[in-house]
Amino acid sequence: MTDSSLRLVWVYPDLLSTYGDQGNALVVERRALQRRVPVSRVDVRSDQPIPTSGDIYLIGGGEDRPQRLAAERLRRDGGLNRAVANGAIVFSVCAGYQILGHEFVNDLGRPEPGLGLLDVVSVRGEGERCVGDVLADIDPQLGLPPLTGFENHQGVTHLGATARPLARLRVGKGNGTGDGTEGAYNDTVFGTYMHGPVMARNPHIADMLIKLALDVNALPPVDDQWYDALRAERIAAAVQPA
Amino acid sequence: MAGNSEPLSPRAKLAVTAGRAAAAVSRVAGRGSGSVIGGKVALRFDPDLLARLARHLDVVLVSATNGKTTTTRLLAEALRANGQVVSNALGANMPAGITSALAGGSEARYGVIEVDEKYLATVARDVAPKAIALLNLSRDQLDRAAETRMLAEKWREGLAGVEAIVIANADDPLIVWAASSSPTVVWVAAGQEWKDDAWSCPSCGGVLQRPSEDWYCAECGFRRPTPTWALSEDHVIDPYGVAWPIHLQLPGRANRSNAAVSAAAAAAFGVDPKIALERMYKVQAVAGRYDVVTYQERELRLLLAKNPAGWLETFSLIDRPPTPVILSVNARGADGTDTSWLWDVDYTRLAGHPILVIGDRKMDLAVRLEVAGLQFLVCSDLDEAVRSAPPGRIESIANYTAFQDLRRKVGN
Repeated sequence: MTDSSLRLVWVYPDLLSTYGDQGNALVVERRALQRRVPVSRVDVRSDQPIPTSGDIYLIGGGEDRPQRLAAERLRRDGGLNRAVANGAIVFSVCAGYQILGHEFVNDLGRPEPGLGLLDVVSVRGEGERCVGDVLADIDPQLGLPPLTGFENHQGVTHLGATARPLARLRVGKGNGTGDGTEGAYNDTVFGTYMHGPVMARNPHIADMLIKLALDVNALPPVDDQWYDALRAERIAAAVQPA
Repeated sequence: MAGNSEPLSPRAKLAVTAGRAAAAVSRVAGRGSGSVIGGKVALRFDPDLLARLARHLDVVLVSATNGKTTTTRLLAEALRANGQVVSNALGANMPAGITSALAGGSEARYGVIEVDEKYLATVARDVAPKAIALLNLSRDQLDRAAETRMLAEKWREGLAGVEAIVIANADDPLIVWAASSSPTVVWVAAGQEWKDDAWSCPSCGGVLQRPSEDWYCAECGFRRPTPTWALSEDHVIDPYGVAWPIHLQLPGRANRSNAAVSAAAAAAFGVDPKIALERMYKVQAVAGRYDVVTYQERELRLLLAKNPAGWLETFSLIDRPPTPVILSVNARGADGTDTSWLWDVDYTRLAGHPILVIGDRKMDLAVRLEVAGLQFLVCSDLDEAVRSAPPGRIESIANYTAFQDLRRKVGN
């Protein structure tokens, strides 16, 4: 951080914004502003260069063809990799998560290179689409309360040696590998299959990203009554589906 | 005239009779109108029944993500100027419901049929329609619907061999992609407020450029076709440049858009736009939508909004602040169980309205509204919301099953 404002970059909403992904940007923005941290948010379309000076980059989910187009354009642009090399934070969801890995299977059924920012490889699952409420315990190192989310994907993501699972599943399919993991992270790069969008159900994740960006250990408290109520409801629904 | 020149075969007649019997049983059992079960039974007796029934009619199909039920009503009303119409006016829009509706209209000349998006290609093949009206495509029911662009692709493939006149919205790039494989297309500049499902070129994947009303792909040249009909504020401009006033009882830009497409479709059957539009005025509420009811001595207007595009159009038609607004959202099977779409809806448009929140997923809405920086009140049910609403007519906006709950509650 060179100044006290938070530079938030939403990557390719024209391609990767199928599942209310704007929500993650809105929640991060709102919770920073509630702490009187000024936010400058840039939404970068896929025909524009990715700025390298952002603090937090958000990438959402999308359909199969837009996912391939996004990977092609991000590789060609190179800005996101440069930003991460400079210490930027990236939080990715679903199709965006797969793009951050080494490789995923594209809409043509062929392996598509990702950005290599996370040590993961994704393939298409053979079984039914994973759809439903998820409950998982976030890696204790991150010190966060349980992860609640909604998954809606066909992908299976295998973690390599340098990627840590973001969470351990109690309910749901997550990475789809059957080993009980959900999502992955490494240093400042995060990936998850959770929609909801994930920040709306897990505002502590938004706060964690803000703290990382500002390099502070704590943020002033805000009124979380509606988030708490939503979390309680969805956690109960995951444990005991209707 | 199509008429009854070729009577139904004994087998088809038997199928229709069996279907009616099943529908009657379903009604008596209190399971709704019985049109779907009736259609299913009839199709089991005679799998070709839909095609056989349609052979006696001039059929128009109507499909879209939003507005198909209303447009079906408007177009049916317009075509009645020329003859009897049979229609699935209650929105049973899959093959069984359509079969059941057609079986009820042996004297009709026209069949005006609403078709679920996923079944358009199949139904178009079965019934050999004279015309097909296509309004818009956008994200809807994320957990189970086909991806939006894939749906456009399927339409494109399915319609390539169909000899109907296609009446299509030139302002929706996905609709243009779907329709432009057809030999005969009448393009209507019908507008579309929601643009977030069509930033990518459906043809090559390039980024679409969208200066004001126009759109084009700079990479492959796919672009907005020149329309011959257009919606212009509250007029329809016909191919001769004549502006016809739209007077509807139904509110909002989206319904004027539906009327414009209906006028263009009716013209394909020789109905004068003036007559078509005058007849459309008769349409009041459509399956309870837009209905104004009195409940607990308060006036409520019932509005259905099922997806981001629908919410956007609904926000543009509600009365100004400080009109109170009740929002109700469920996520049952028929709604789609993924509520992520709430974050695609720009709720800041409700600033200044007192907002009351109900429905199964009121907590999702509460967080959404909190993040939008709005004031709102979460209520346990409709009664509490109505009691808590400040004076004035209340706008009640609900998604699919929440809307059904609302209608049941107010006795509509």
